[in-house]
Amino acid sequence: MALHRISLTLNGELEQVDVPSNWTLLQMLRQTLAVTGTKNGCSSGECGACTVLLNGEPVNSCMVLAVECDGAEVVTVEGLADDGRLAPVQQAIMEAGGVQCGFCTPGVLISAHALLERNPSPTEGEIKDALVGNLCRCTGYFRIIEAVKAAAAIKV
Amino acid sequence: MAVTDKKKTPDLIGESAPRVDVLEKVTGEALYTDDLQFGNALLHGRIKRSPHPHALIKKIDTSKAEALPGVKVVVTGQDFPGMVGLYLKDRHIFARERVRFVGEPVAGVAATTEEIAEKALDLIEVEYELLEPVFDPEFGASPEAPLIHPDLGDYQVPNFIFPKPGTNIANHFKIRKGDVEAAWEQCAAVVESKFHIPQIQHVPIEPHVAVAQADSDGQITLWASSQSPFAQRNIIADVLGISQSKIRVIAPYVGGGFGCKAGVTMEALPVALALKAKGRPVKVLLTREEEFYTNFVRQGLVIKLKIGCDKDGNLLAMENTMYWDGGASTEYGVNITRAGGYSSTGPYDVPNVKTDSLCIYTNHPIGGAYRGFGMPELHTALEQTMDMLCDEIGMDKVEFRKLNCVRGGDILATGMKMHPVGLSECIEKVAEAIEWDKEEKPSAPNKKRGKGIALMWKAPAMPPNPGSSALVEFNEDGTIMVGVGGQEIGQGTFTVMAQMAAATLGIPYEWVKVKGPLDTQYSPYEWQTVASRLTWSMGNAVVAAAADARKQVLDLVSDAWDEDPDDLDIVNGVVVSYKSEQEMPLKDIVIYGIPNENFEGWKGGPIIGRGNFMPTYVTGLDSETGQGERAVVHFTTGAQAFDIEIDMDTGKIEVLKAAAAFDVGKAINPELVLSQLEGGLVQGMSSAIFEKIDLKEGVMQNPSFVDYRIATTADIPLEFEGIIVEEPQDDGPWGARGVGEHPMVPSAAAIGNAIYNAVGVRLEGPPFSAERIYLAMLDAGIVE
Repeated sequence: MALHRISLTLNGELEQVDVPSNWTLLQMLRQTLAVTGTKNGCSSGECGACTVLLNGEPVNSCMVLAVECDGAEVVTVEGLADDGRLAPVQQAIMEAGGVQCGFCTPGVLISAHALLERNPSPTEGEIKDALVGNLCRCTGYFRIIEAVKAAAAIKV
Repeated sequence: MAVTDKKKTPDLIGESAPRVDVLEKVTGEALYTDDLQFGNALLHGRIKRSPHPHALIKKIDTSKAEALPGVKVVVTGQDFPGMVGLYLKDRHIFARERVRFVGEPVAGVAATTEEIAEKALDLIEVEYELLEPVFDPEFGASPEAPLIHPDLGDYQVPNFIFPKPGTNIANHFKIRKGDVEAAWEQCAAVVESKFHIPQIQHVPIEPHVAVAQADSDGQITLWASSQSPFAQRNIIADVLGISQSKIRVIAPYVGGGFGCKAGVTMEALPVALALKAKGRPVKVLLTREEEFYTNFVRQGLVIKLKIGCDKDGNLLAMENTMYWDGGASTEYGVNITRAGGYSSTGPYDVPNVKTDSLCIYTNHPIGGAYRGFGMPELHTALEQTMDMLCDEIGMDKVEFRKLNCVRGGDILATGMKMHPVGLSECIEKVAEAIEWDKEEKPSAPNKKRGKGIALMWKAPAMPPNPGSSALVEFNEDGTIMVGVGGQEIGQGTFTVMAQMAAATLGIPYEWVKVKGPLDTQYSPYEWQTVASRLTWSMGNAVVAAAADARKQVLDLVSDAWDEDPDDLDIVNGVVVSYKSEQEMPLKDIVIYGIPNENFEGWKGGPIIGRGNFMPTYVTGLDSETGQGERAVVHFTTGAQAFDIEIDMDTGKIEVLKAAAAFDVGKAINPELVLSQLEGGLVQGMSSAIFEKIDLKEGVMQNPSFVDYRIATTADIPLEFEGIIVEEPQDDGPWGARGVGEHPMVPSAAAIGNAIYNAVGVRLEGPPFSAERIYLAMLDAGIVE
């Protein structure tokens, strides 16, 4: 399997890596770069546990080839906090009780963060739409949705 | 225990203290098993699985796989003769001589990359001779069915499980109480029902994963996403025929368990591979497809009920026959059958009971522990049948339940005397929450509206002697580390244990660290993180350990001050005397001891508090009548009510409001209790409306999220109300009992009852999908 050298900006830092041509962005993050906050739930683009921002858009990183990210900007859960200061969605989800096992949490935070970046005052329906691709088995979603509302209120 | 005297509840108990584990979960720092770094030494394990539901293995040729460059280990069942099982030992690590379900491990490979391991699987050649399979539990129980486990009579089994050798019946639990035949004569109304509850899967968002490493001295280390590090150590030691001291299990955070990571499921597979890997660690990470059907699923159930009451609605008699589709191995499922049996009346007072609960082998996926442990399946049928009886006798469904629900002092179906419970309050509160008495209009002309209620009960299903233990160790500055063997699987146990330790000892909450990841080399013993038992059982152990530490401190200081320990206390980390008003901070005591006057010697030394808890009062039950003094430790009871709308054009259900009330004895952390009520209800709702393992000839047709749908943000109730009821448990910490599983149990029945209330159709089992509801309405002539 051929290796390709690509460059990408990950959480604000320039990375240069060699990746196999058939590896996904998720594999590159977790295995090549050992950045393991982003999770593997299904490898089929269905559960959202692998959600990251690719050039500002939330994507299932298990469905994106690593080589597609040459020259791209990628943000993972590790990049949400600003120099130790938690992002509003991170703070809000803790306070709302929207984290139990925590496995869906990184993907949820990325989707929620992306929503608030493009729509600072979402309705409950818009929040549910934005998170419909992030499966959670523990919380029942109620507190996750409350957390996004609370985070929106902080930002505004 | 004076320290947990309910009259003097310390501040932290009953407070929604912030969770101790969430900061690292929101930053991405929290480590789960697949996040651990093992470097280039790591080998990747993949498993060759049976494509047939029932077959003899004639020949396995692994030579081509072994020859593939990069392949380091190939193993088959030939290498591992031992048997695995929590209750009934009926399974091998890899199939030997015979495969019994599609997906059963037949061979394993460890290679330097995942791709090479995958290729190697294709190079393993297996010859099968097909056998006649069994797919229906009622047929499986009959004499005509082929035997799936001909050696059932030789399997090791505890004395409270009753297999029938020479059949496919792995357990037959019976209750014979009173005289049901005579009682039918007295009944003014009798209804009969038959329901079919399909298999479903836990769907933890984190798939199963385990890494094993064995050194040349035979010392094995296993890192696993695990609810049960000690049980896994024990079962794997047993199957390999070695001492538990030779295995160390390390269990980081778990990304969802729900029972599927209890006992041993796939964890023995990497251990088997590691034993031949010359010291290299081997990881087995399941694909989502494997997750759906190769590990544990929730058993299917065929259940027949006959229930009768007198003219005033008092329950008189119940006949309950349950055929549990146990799957290819019932090592865990036999106890689900038993739990279903002793709980078979549901939370009701019924004087005459005849129950037969049979666990039957089939060539289906393995039925294992799933949140609720038989209770959702049982209640889905039972609570809908109670509604049918109400209609027959013409009685309101809430009034009927208030009349008949179990109360403290009632004699249960097993002869056990019921402890005080707040079930009546739960019923009243949920009925009120959805305005049960108010008939309400649907939101549109093409919708129909309905309300439904269901009750539940569940006891922790365990062997009679499951133990908890705990340690409290101090740091030099007076802060503590609490050692436990129970796992943080998202329910918040580390948080609640920290609250209990701090409250008991008399130190600030922030001074407590509960040690994780769990590590059988350092953590004290815990039976398993299952059965909703940790708050009660491990809580008792943690309180005992903290109380032991407190006593040692106060005994030491009272000696140094020449005072009575009863005049001393620890407040905010400082020992105080209410008599002399002297003070000494813990940091001056707990590691270094206390100097005598003029430093003429020292008293004390490093203090370690220890505690354990194990129930001592559970008795056996007669194998013919199911009668015994004390079947279980206690029951948690509760109720749920649903207010729904059905779209008459599509059959789709929308939940307008759902209410849940559970009697938890004492809510140590109310927000965490409510979180269980919310999450459990949505998982229950998901199982009611969407989920089914669609099996055809033993093959799962829908092993992916595309075709096996679970609830998303789009599906949840528009409104939810959670209610905590507290009727204290005599031997729980501050009166607490568990609630982790219970919120999932009554949801399907409550929704089924609401559907009937709305449109007058009742399906023979979930899922109550839009398609099935619509077709049922079409069949009934309700729509055209």
